[in-house]
This record gives sequence, C-alpha cells and structure tokens, in this order.
Amino acid sequence: MGAARLQEGVLVEARNVTRILDLAVPVRLVHDIDLKVESGEFVTITGPSGSGKSSLLYLLGLLDVPSEGEVLIGGQTTAGLSSNELAALRLSRLGFVFQFHFLLPEFSVLHNVALPMRRLGRLSEKELTERGLALLDRLGIADQAEKMPDQLSGGQRQRVAIARSLGNDPHIILADEPTGNLDTKNSEVVRDIFRRLAEEEGRTIIAVTHEPAFAEAAMRNVHLVDGEIVSDTKHG
Amino acid sequence: MFWRVAFSIAAAQLTHRRRQTVVSVLGVALGVGFFIGVSSIMSGSEKDFVDRLVNSSPHITVKDEFRHPAKQPVFIRFPKAAVKLENVKPREYLRGIKNYGEKVEELSKRPGYIAEAALTGQAIVRYANKDVSASLIGIDPSKEKLLTKVAEDMREGSLERLRTASDGIVIGSGMSTRLSLKLGDLATVVSPAGLVKRMKVVGIFHTGNLLLDEGQIYMLLKDAQVLLDKPFIANQLRIKVPDPNQAEAIAAGLEARWGYRSESWQEVNRDILGLFIIRNAIMYSIVSAIMIVASFGIFNIISTVVLEKRRDIAILMSMGFREADIQYIFLMQGFLVGVLGMLMGWAIGWGLLGILGQVKFNVPGMADRQGFVLDWGIFQWAVGGAFSLIAAIGAAWIPARKAAQVQPVDIIRGAV
Repeated sequence: MGAARLQEGVLVEARNVTRILDLAVPVRLVHDIDLKVESGEFVTITGPSGSGKSSLLYLLGLLDVPSEGEVLIGGQTTAGLSSNELAALRLSRLGFVFQFHFLLPEFSVLHNVALPMRRLGRLSEKELTERGLALLDRLGIADQAEKMPDQLSGGQRQRVAIARSLGNDPHIILADEPTGNLDTKNSEVVRDIFRRLAEEEGRTIIAVTHEPAFAEAAMRNVHLVDGEIVSDTKHG
Repeated sequence: MFWRVAFSIAAAQLTHRRRQTVVSVLGVALGVGFFIGVSSIMSGSEKDFVDRLVNSSPHITVKDEFRHPAKQPVFIRFPKAAVKLENVKPREYLRGIKNYGEKVEELSKRPGYIAEAALTGQAIVRYANKDVSASLIGIDPSKEKLLTKVAEDMREGSLERLRTASDGIVIGSGMSTRLSLKLGDLATVVSPAGLVKRMKVVGIFHTGNLLLDEGQIYMLLKDAQVLLDKPFIANQLRIKVPDPNQAEAIAAGLEARWGYRSESWQEVNRDILGLFIIRNAIMYSIVSAIMIVASFGIFNIISTVVLEKRRDIAILMSMGFREADIQYIFLMQGFLVGVLGMLMGWAIGWGLLGILGQVKFNVPGMADRQGFVLDWGIFQWAVGGAFSLIAAIGAAWIPARKAAQVQPVDIIRGAV
C-alpha cells in the first residue's frame, strides 16, 4: 500500500489568510491566519463553535478561496488558480473526511471508495478495485465492500469515507469533525486510524475537532477563537 | 473514460427516482411516437397525392395560348412613347400549335422524354335519347398510356383498341352508367362544329374521380380533328420528363422558346402544394408543443434530482470533480431520458403505424382509397429522435448548470 511519498518541509501553508463572507452584513470567518503545517504532521484545530475552525479547514483544503492572503500547497501558491485547477489539486493531493460520511447512497461501498480513483483515471478498472479492497481491508471493513452504505453502521460508514479519501494516495488528509457523529468506541477507532496514517505512512493530517481526546492524540494543536489563532502547541 | 463514471452516477440517480423517470421518459416517448404516426400519415398522403398528380397527368402541358396578348405594332415601334389605343380587339389567329409533329419528334428524341400531340374540345355524347356533355381529347394511345394512368384504370376494353376499331371512343364508368352505354355500343357524338359521328365504345375506364368518370372521353387524334373540324391541328403537347421536379424549369424553357403557354404540374397544382406546406407547418408546431410539454417533465425531474443531490454534488466537488464534470453528469441524465424516450417513442410509433395501417374507412367521393397511405421512410424516425434528444438535453441544461454552481462549502456547512 504505497505509503505517501514523503516530502520534507512545509506542506500546507496559510499566509495572512482572511475570509469574509460577503453578505448584507459582512461576516468575518477567519482573520489574518498564518499557519505552517510540516509534512507528516498530525494537527488538530480546536475552538468554540463559530470560531472559524471549519472555515479555516475549507480554506486549507482549497474548497473555499480566501478574501485576502494565500494558501500554499507544497510551497506552490494556489492564489489565482481556476476552479478547475483547484479541483485537480483536490483530486490528486487532498483527501477529505467530513462529520457526515457523504457516501453516495446508490453505490456500493467499494464503488464509493473507487470514485476518486475513477475520476483521476490513472488506474485500470482491475487495479482500482484491488486498491479499493486493500484500503477497506486496512480499515478493517473489507467484508463490507459489496454492501450499500445504508446497510452499514455509523462507524463503518466513516471508515469507508476515510478509505475513499485515501484513494488517490494524497499527501494531505483534511478532516472536519470526523468523530462528531460517532460513539466513544468508534471515535477511538477513527482516532487510531488517523494516528496510524500519520505515524506509519507519514501522511499530513489536519483535523477539526471539539473532542479533547482527539486533540490529545495529535502531535500539534491549533486553537482558534473568533477566527484568530490564540495558541499553537506541540505535544511530544 | 470519464463518461463511464458520469454515466454510472447519472444512471444511478435516475433509477433512484424510478417513477418520475418513467413518467418523463413516457412524455418524450409519446411525443416521438405521435410525431411518427402523424408525420407518416401526412407525408404518406402527401406523397401519394403528389404521386397521383405526377403519374396521372402529363408533367408539362403546352397549350396553343399565349400568356400575354401580343403587343400592338405601335408599342413595339415606340416603346417609351405615351400611346393609347382604344377599342383594340386581340388579333385573331389560327388556333393550334404550329408544326406540332416536328415539336413532338424533337421532344421525343430527348432521353427519358415522352411527348404527344393532342386535341381537346367539347362534345355531346348522345345515346338512347339521353345527352351528356363531355370534354373530348384526341390522343395517341401508345403514348397516352405512358403519359397518364388511364390505361391502368381501364375496366373493360382497352385504350389500344382505339387504333384497331374505326371511330372508337373510350368513356368513363360514370358516363357508362348515366347513358346505359356499354362496351361495343354505338353512341352518337355531336361536336360544336356541327359534326355528328357514330362512334363505338371500345373501352370504359374508372379513375375514382367523378368529373373524369362522367365527363371525359378519349379518341384518336385524327378522329378528334375530323369531329371538331380542325384538320391537322393539335392544341396541346403533353410531355413527360425524366425528373418531375425539373418540370417547372423545363416548362419555362419551352415557353421561352416557342411562346406557347407551358404549364408544369407544379404550376397547375400550386394551391394544393401550398396547402401541404401549411399542413406540415401545423404538424410541426403541434409536435413541438408536445415536445415542449415533455421537456418540462425532464426539466422537472432533473431539477428535483439536482436539489435532492446537492450533498452528493458537494462531496463530488470536494473529491476533485470539476464544475464541468457535474454539469456533464446532469446533462447525461437528460441525454439518457432522451435516448430512452426516443427508443420507446420509436416502439410506440411502430405500433401506431401498425394500427393505422389496419384502419379502413369510407370517404364519400373517394371511391377506392379506404385506408391511410403511410410513409415508412426513415426521415420521420430520424426527426422524431432528434426532437427527443434536443428536447431532453435542452431541458437538462438549466438544472445541470445550477448543479455546477453548487458551492460545496455551503452544503457541507449546512449538513453538519
């Protein structure tokens, strides 16, 4: 299972990033964020609700575009890229896991996992089936491959979503409250998976969470209040 | 490769809303099916009608008339002068086409042409104390049978027997009934020139056209010349050309050359041909209306799917699907509905034509035709299919664009 090619140095960087929602009354989501995430780091973003932690994650994940400042991926700026170029970057270099699993209900588990690989189109049909099964196997749900998403438990679905995010072997996994809908036991499982992805495979993980246990499992924690970073601590 | 991904997503989403999909496919299919049915009848009857026009009469008739009265010499001498002549009678000239024999010979030499000199006039047919007025035409039987369908319409006797019998006539079935005139009977034919001839019925035709069946009689050209007291005169050249569609241009050429009024079949039937154009316009507007209604159905289902699938769209986008990919997926859904509608419409059309082919009815005045003449040509199938694809993809366009404009962040934020 090809471990992510290790890339030394800063992998994700936010420079003076500000995002203002252009509503009737402009809403400031994040303000003047400077953040560098090194390759292979497992970072959690915490903060009270409304502090802008999810907004920051979407900006780092190129789902949203900053009003000011820029986001760099692997040292390359993403400012001024077209939506197609951003999509291409998301497809090949980023993987998303959300609080809600967002599996397509019409497709089997394996088909869901294969979707990003199919879109990228680098693997043959046989190869991507094998890869999809291997990913599911590593997450301990290979036996569920042919089931439909609604036949799975919440914890299993979230593991499928993680498998899907790993399809194109991305350097960076972005997770938005990945354990938010899970019970304690499943939360633990998911947390362990993320840790393994970082420690064993050297993937860079940025996760938004409000669970202290999850934050403690990470190597580094960034705390946000009112759209600004108030603390940035590294655990041993 | 991507189309397979798009296809699998599009197909999955359509099958997920099976009932709505079936309804919108049916809408398209009915539109296509009825179009094929109606178009087949329309174009079938049009072709049949034109066919009969073209085959049952000469393509071009050259008459011993002029379209415009001859100019007075003074107008020719002083073309720009202000001259006014009162009480000028048109010049009297000898009627008939000059040198018709030569002209017929020349036309007959052209490949594919059939030309015949004919003399038409009025006569009264008298038998057993009853009179029926008739238009008579003096012809050459061997050419007439190539020019018109009268030889095929013979019920008794034949056109050819005009040549063997002396003073023979061929009459219509209507006249035969009215005068109780049967094959072999001797009728009295009276011409406006005052001549009276006893003529033998050598053939009876039936065309289904009441006017012809009651009032048309055929005889040899020389008999007509004698009867009408116009020796060596023909007042019509009846011509068949290889390509009926060229008749109009050829007629214009002949008229320019000889000066005689030359009528093509198109000119004579201009009103009817105009009607066909209007009829087709009506048909196409009705079909368009059906397809517009059907495309609202497609618009409806795809809009619903887009609304319902905003989450899926958002996740696909976060995965790295481009906006164009999303649009493509939903256009593909429209396309699928269109293709299914087209195939089903063809099936419905096929069935409809089968049923229509069985229908028989009696139309007063139309003696023989008792069913639809259907056109099984490929044209309407192609047009129907094109209609359905255009309507379906057109209807999918707006929702597909809407889908592409989904902002994944808004959806993901809202779903939490």
